[in-house]
Amino acid sequence: MIPAAFAYARPTTVDEALRAVAEGGEDVKIMAGGQSLIPVMRLRLAAPETVVDLTRVAELRGVRDDGDAIVIGAMTTHHDVMTDPLVLQHAPLIAEATETVADRQVRARGTFGGALAHADPAGDLPAVALALDADFVIAGPQGRRTVPASEFFVDYLTTALEEGELLVEIRVPKLAGEWGMRYEKFNRVAQAWSIVAVAAVVRREDGHIAEARIGLTNMGSTPLRASAVEAALAGAEASPETIASAARSAAEGTSPTSDLNAQADYREHLAQVLTRRAVTAAVGL
Amino acid sequence: MTQINVRVDGVTYTDDVEPRTLLVHYLREQLGKVGTVIGCDTSNCGACTVHLDGAAVKSCTVLAVQADGGEVTTIEGLAPEGGGLHPMQKAFHEMHGLQCGYCTPGMIMASVDLLKENPDPSDTEVREGIEGNLCRCTGYQNIVRAVQQAAGEMRGSTNGHASPAEVDTAAAPHVAAQS
Ligand SMILES: Cc1cc2nc3c(=O)[nH]c(=O)nc-3n(C[C@H](O)[C@H](O)[C@H](O)COP(=O)(O)OP(=O)(O)OC[C@H]3O[C@@H](n4cnc5c(N)ncnc54)[C@H](O)[C@@H]3O)c2cc1C
Ligand code: FES
Ligand code: FES
Repeated sequence: MIPAAFAYARPTTVDEALRAVAEGGEDVKIMAGGQSLIPVMRLRLAAPETVVDLTRVAELRGVRDDGDAIVIGAMTTHHDVMTDPLVLQHAPLIAEATETVADRQVRARGTFGGALAHADPAGDLPAVALALDADFVIAGPQGRRTVPASEFFVDYLTTALEEGELLVEIRVPKLAGEWGMRYEKFNRVAQAWSIVAVAAVVRREDGHIAEARIGLTNMGSTPLRASAVEAALAGAEASPETIASAARSAAEGTSPTSDLNAQADYREHLAQVLTRRAVTAAVGL
Repeated sequence: MTQINVRVDGVTYTDDVEPRTLLVHYLREQLGKVGTVIGCDTSNCGACTVHLDGAAVKSCTVLAVQADGGEVTTIEGLAPEGGGLHPMQKAFHEMHGLQCGYCTPGMIMASVDLLKENPDPSDTEVREGIEGNLCRCTGYQNIVRAVQQAAGEMRGSTNGHASPAEVDTAAAPHVAAQS
């Protein structure tokens, strides 16, 4: 199908974009890569009055080193994130998860910021940003503010972004010490969304797990941290038995849905299995 | 209406389009480039794949206005000027990489894009590289062979991968019967 008619703005700077959003009328949609937005507009599930296309806002593209963090511009495409040397060095988990997103055509246009702002519970990048304790830099008419990942994802397809605001960049803290990371995604066919996925980020110290951060994809209306697993692993011995036992609490505090792909109890089972696999791989066992 | 300037298959066009016009509709309906087809409404099938500024994209999931100032290559512009087929087109033909042919333009455009990044992909890498393209006829086996044959030819080597005569046709006896 063809999207309903809309007015189109193509700003080249963040300031111009904010102005275009402010002046766009009642129902304005920001367009990043369009890989989620255009499909819903084609199905007429969205029919915005104005589309503000960020494709030409060059300042939103690319990854830079900012001392204690790497900073990923919201408009950096999945393809560019996956192949970026800073991402590969400091946050390989992001590259690993991004490789599992959709297919090469979608990754050529879809963006890191778009996937996070979209906040689909089955999306792969929100749980990764949560596990890495990323910070979200948001620009609005009143200036800029920074929101931690733990507060960015508010509900199903809902984030801390207010009307008139845009996501500008994502700051991913560099990790000190010996860290291992792994993204374990379960789906049935190529280019499919996660039925469940687990992001594990683990720091090892003298044969022990000093710290573990576990992000869960599609185990509720937002990405979640498996805090019970994290607590059980902190200070634990890095052995298959301790990991397996800790992973058993992966579904604690979650509220997965039942849908055509899986029942809730099956998702709970998957969370445990994938947590065990992800932590085991992140620890290097 | 918004005016766009776009180079498609080596020719520059200046046209007025509605912002909501999808690139695939612009190509087919305004430029008559019907070699690029539409196979779904959900951005899944990849039949509409073209190259935009050097990367494979699903032209049903790009607005025509977004191609303004850009360069598009469709299946119709892939073959070398002056006739003949692109090695990928030739390989799909020789290796029987199609049956109904509906997925083929997109398959070929996605595969050419894959080889730019990975000139010598394994079987698995080919399958992953074309995961955005659905084929309801072939079962993919001969598509993978075609991509590997083209890869061999484009790398300039004549050995390494199966040529049509050595293909294991046990799973697809009709291939042998037709060749
Ligand atoms: C066939 C297919 C398969 C897919 N499979 C997967 C998958 O397996 N895993 C996965 O994670 N994703 C998947 N996706 C989605 C893909 O990752 C999209 O790229 C992503 O969800 C949206 O990114 P985008 O840049 O295209 O954003 P858009 O579609 O342009 O925007 C998405 C939403 O975010 C808002 N938005 C975008 N950028 C900003 C910003 N800077 N500030 C404020 N709001 C903003 C938009 O207004 C819109 O509501 C798939 C998509 C397709 C078409
Ligand atoms: S027509 Fe199916 S992906 Fe474009
Ligand atoms: S040959 Fe028929 S869909 Fe691929």
